[in-house]
Amino acid sequence: MADYEQLDTPSVVLRADLQRLFDSLHARGYETIAPRVENGAIIYDEVTSVDALPAGWTDEQEGGFYRLEGRDDGALFGYTVGPQSWKRYLSPPIRRLWQARKNGDGFEIVHEDAPTPHYALIGVRACELHAIHHLDDVYLGGSTIDADYQQRREAAFIVAVNCGKAGNTCFCASLGTGPAVGPGYDLALTELVTEREHAFVVTVGSERGADVLADVPHRPAAPGEIDLAEAIVAEAARHMGRTLETTGLKELLYRSFEHPHWDEVAERCLTCGNCTMVCPTCFCFTVEDTTDLTGQSAERWRRADSCFTTAFTFITSGSQRASAKARYRQWLTHKLATWQDQFDSLGCVGCGRCITWCPVGIDLTAEVAALRAEEIGQPQPEAVLEMA
Amino acid sequence: MLATAIHERQPAVARTFATNGCVPYRCRVTERHQENDDTFTVELEPAGARSHAAFAAGQFNMLYVFGLGEIPISISGDPAQPDRLVHTTRAVGTVTRAMATLRRGDMIGVRGPFGSSWPLDDLKGKDIVLVGGGIGLAPLRPALYQLVAQRGDYGRVVLLYGARTPEDMLFRAELERWRSRFDLEIFVTVDRATGDWHGNVGLVTALIPRAPFEPQNAVALICGPEVMMRYAVQALHKRGVGPQQTYLSLERNMKCGTAMCGHCQYGPHFVCRDGPVFRMDQVQRFFGKWEV
Ligand SMILES: Cc1cc2nc3c(=O)[nH]c(=O)nc-3n(C[C@H](O)[C@H](O)[C@H](O)COP(=O)(O)OP(=O)(O)OC[C@H]3O[C@@H](n4cnc5c(N)ncnc54)[C@H](O)[C@@H]3O)c2cc1C
Ligand code: SF4
Ligand code: SF4
Ligand code: FES
Repeated sequence: MADYEQLDTPSVVLRADLQRLFDSLHARGYETIAPRVENGAIIYDEVTSVDALPAGWTDEQEGGFYRLEGRDDGALFGYTVGPQSWKRYLSPPIRRLWQARKNGDGFEIVHEDAPTPHYALIGVRACELHAIHHLDDVYLGGSTIDADYQQRREAAFIVAVNCGKAGNTCFCASLGTGPAVGPGYDLALTELVTEREHAFVVTVGSERGADVLADVPHRPAAPGEIDLAEAIVAEAARHMGRTLETTGLKELLYRSFEHPHWDEVAERCLTCGNCTMVCPTCFCFTVEDTTDLTGQSAERWRRADSCFTTAFTFITSGSQRASAKARYRQWLTHKLATWQDQFDSLGCVGCGRCITWCPVGIDLTAEVAALRAEEIGQPQPEAVLEMA
Repeated sequence: MLATAIHERQPAVARTFATNGCVPYRCRVTERHQENDDTFTVELEPAGARSHAAFAAGQFNMLYVFGLGEIPISISGDPAQPDRLVHTTRAVGTVTRAMATLRRGDMIGVRGPFGSSWPLDDLKGKDIVLVGGGIGLAPLRPALYQLVAQRGDYGRVVLLYGARTPEDMLFRAELERWRSRFDLEIFVTVDRATGDWHGNVGLVTALIPRAPFEPQNAVALICGPEVMMRYAVQALHKRGVGPQQTYLSLERNMKCGTAMCGHCQYGPHFVCRDGPVFRMDQVQRFFGKWEV
């Protein structure tokens, strides 16, 4: 795709015309995935009608706590992130990679060739867009790439949404990953609900974004509307429920390998793996090989996996991270320290999901603060050479 | 813009993870040799039109047994003969036991080669000390082939090998042949002497203090159980072979081989991509700590 120069003036689309956005995306062959309410939470699912968006809903989040509540302004995006993330559409948690069939003198491999789904992801928040870029680093950044991910990713149309409200467990402002969306979207919306109008300030981020916007009734945004949109996002930034000090974070975690605080976390952590399942950047998977009952045909499946299981690191001599302490330490150290060495960025985007959805409310921002507060002298790397 | 951004992130030669990911190529077992009670060596030939890729000593493949699973196994053959793909495997669990039942003509899936290698080209002129424990000799054998073929380029070449019993020794005929060369020093020790064994008894690390090499000019290549490698690193260090002269091959659970599944992570390293061969100073921060 050719480079796209962002239009200087944002546009305004009225709430009443937003359905046309969905319709245009449909007409162009996209399956529209957007937030909707199910089982008391905001999830991401196929949504074809604007009326199915969570109008008038907001969420209250705390460590180990999530509840939807009504808001009286009818806002369509007046909540923050729920338990799901877009990774389920770009890198499905369960998928068959190939099949094999026995034949006369061996077996043959049957490739999967399902058509690539074309998703329009509507309502992608700033932190989530960063998380998608992190998945790009993992699946597309190396010398070997995940072609399935690449196809889904390139096909995806991204409608980002600026956050007008920060959640209690959010800390994107500390990490520079939000609440204002950064580059990488096709269209970005900021929802304005005032006494005079219910509308969206729209910025275009790509040529195909411009094409889609052309199908939707819009007008240039008035200066007051642009100012208001910016003020709303700035206000969200001032109301982050959490903060995470990033200065020296990598070194802090590397130094803290033997910190007694890990034992303290391990007393609370259930090693349920919820945090890894809800995290938009957790990318680990396992593969499983199976056969049918006759033993004539086999399949390989890829499934999302979690570093909180003991099987994750199993080798002949046993699990390499048998203790809960080692598994929590690995997870947190990967997010905040080793990820920096691997991908030159933090592995956390500050979405707060792991805090909200941890059944016991373990809060990584608090754990880091505790590591900082109780810094202790650490053995030098040479220690191994002196060992027994 | 989006698509451009993605493409910019890719290196010039992207090896695509095939369509839809991690598809092995099919090979036939052309030779099979039982090394000892539980360890066997197979030679594999591609079943289709393709040929095996070139590999470097120390690299590994992911081997797939129909319907049962896929596991990392080092290449134990000669890097100068990439068309003869050789693997030596110890039967310890589900996949390896099934693999042990494969006979000539049977089919197996292969992906690879993956990972880093013993950096032999950079070690010319050095004394090379290879330290192997049990099945750990398998990934060292390609290095030995290469050292023997380019013998004049290196200083002393010393192999220290520890097996459980004399009967458990791998590659016995070859070791005998190499031992009879005047330019290779091969020392074998066993945990438990049986039959008419008159050689060393004890840990392979006990051979290090007396081994004939010049510490300042030596480089050690180590592969074996992690505990054995820890003691070997210490014994070498005592003789003056420092972390920058010591290479080791690490073993971790592996599901992809391509730095994506996350299983093999060891600190910041993906062992499947950055390893399995590391120079000691790369991993020193973690090596010797438990549950990394
Ligand atoms: C880079 C590398 C090179 C290796 N080279 C050799 C070799 O040349 N010869 C050899 O005999 N063995 C080698 N191994 C070890 C070999 O991979 C394991 O013995 C094998 O995976 C055991 O599988 P299993 O299904 O028989 O065992 P099970 O105990 O039934 O294991 C179940 C599963 O756990 C995982 N697993 C278990 N043990 C290991 C292990 N030690 N390492 C990694 N994953 C494990 C695998 O996914 C395996 O399928 C190597 C391992 C690595 C990481
Ligand atoms: S670690 Fe927690 S806060 Fe950070 S991106 Fe993952 S789920 Fe969000
Ligand atoms: S930190 Fe919380 S969510 Fe994560 S494994 Fe432990 S108990 Fe589960
Ligand atoms: S084996 Fe999958 S990341 Fe290394």
